[in-house]
Amino acid sequence: MRKSRTLNLGTGSFVLLGFAALFFLTTQTTSRGLSWFGPPHYEVTAKFDNVGDLKVGAPVSMSGVEVGRVTRIDFDSNEYKAVVLLRLNERFNKIPTDSDASIYTQGLLGGKFIGLTAGGADTYLKDKSQIDFTQSAFVLENLIGQVLANFTKSKADEQRPAPADSKATEKTK
Amino acid sequence: MFKELWESFTEALEGLGSVVHFLFRLVVNSPRALLRFSLISQQIFNSGAFSLVIIMLSGLFVGMVLGLQGFQLLQRFGSEEALGTAATIGLVKELGPVVTALLFAGRAGTALASELGLMRATDQISAMEMMAVDPIQRVVVPRFLGGVISMPLLAAIFSVIGIYGAQLVGVQIMGVDSGSFWSQMRAAVGLSDVTEGIVKSLVFGVACSLIAVYQGYYATPTAEGVGRATTRTVVTSAVVILFLDYLITAAFL
Repeated sequence: MRKSRTLNLGTGSFVLLGFAALFFLTTQTTSRGLSWFGPPHYEVTAKFDNVGDLKVGAPVSMSGVEVGRVTRIDFDSNEYKAVVLLRLNERFNKIPTDSDASIYTQGLLGGKFIGLTAGGADTYLKDKSQIDFTQSAFVLENLIGQVLANFTKSKADEQRPAPADSKATEKTK
Repeated sequence: MFKELWESFTEALEGLGSVVHFLFRLVVNSPRALLRFSLISQQIFNSGAFSLVIIMLSGLFVGMVLGLQGFQLLQRFGSEEALGTAATIGLVKELGPVVTALLFAGRAGTALASELGLMRATDQISAMEMMAVDPIQRVVVPRFLGGVISMPLLAAIFSVIGIYGAQLVGVQIMGVDSGSFWSQMRAAVGLSDVTEGIVKSLVFGVACSLIAVYQGYYATPTAEGVGRATTRTVVTSAVVILFLDYLITAAFL
């Protein structure tokens, strides 16, 4: 009897330890461990022209405070826009309806997240409402392309007046 | 010479076939064995709880080495903060399940094989058959199921201790920022990574326990035969684990 008790105790504590480890792995090392039975929440949508490499599970923040997460990214084939589903914590239920959502980058090369900026309306976002004012992701390649285009253009501009300049300097000689 | 090759080939096929048949018998007998859970619980204790010390120690050192190596490598790119991500993904997806399975084969697999082999050598298994007790159901299935249940738990413990080890070296010794260590890890590691690790360790659990139990049950009933069964358990398990690891990784990509 005594032996079987210590045996059961040992087995029980081993299994408990194992499940504690599994629990730690699923909730503490991943971003959306307990989302299905997490805090009370409501869901709003936002349409973006371009979401860049925004991922499901990316944080939604207001003034740098995390208020929710991205739960789904769809494509609207009528408007050719990306539809992003945001799950916001019920605690933050006073977000004006005319707030705007923009996609920002964490750090220089970090992941994307959505930043909300409060508007001034008296009505607040609730479940199934839509954020109308959105700003697309900042795509590094487009920016580099623009910079390069500007650069080559300004270089071409520089080269054209250059011969005139040299003649002028010759004349002054 | 061709004849010999052909013979060894058919022998290998025969071995594979009998392993599959044995697995089938184990699975068929499993539901009835589950009714006597105390037997399985004892085997979980034998193969799981007794492997805990070696698993935890190895996990700690593997994690610490990952912390050191990862830090050294990531420092060149000025992104030490990604250490948490690198160590966790490495541990949860690969090192946790594989190293645990290899250690399990060495620690628990050999114990299972030699125990069953000795039972065979000392005619205990025949005695059970004489008493109309099915040795598969009474002896083999509890050991098999005990191993299958223990393995994912051991792998999870290994990964957690490993992450702690990486954190110990990275954050406490090398001075990586603790906040970004954890937050970058949480942002980059998905639930699917953890699931992949669990699936792997379950498959390895089945493979390791099956090989150990099979080798022990069909060991030549001599001292030499038991020794050979133990050796074969470790060698076959190691090869099969690494082969299955490649398959599962490819399937999950």
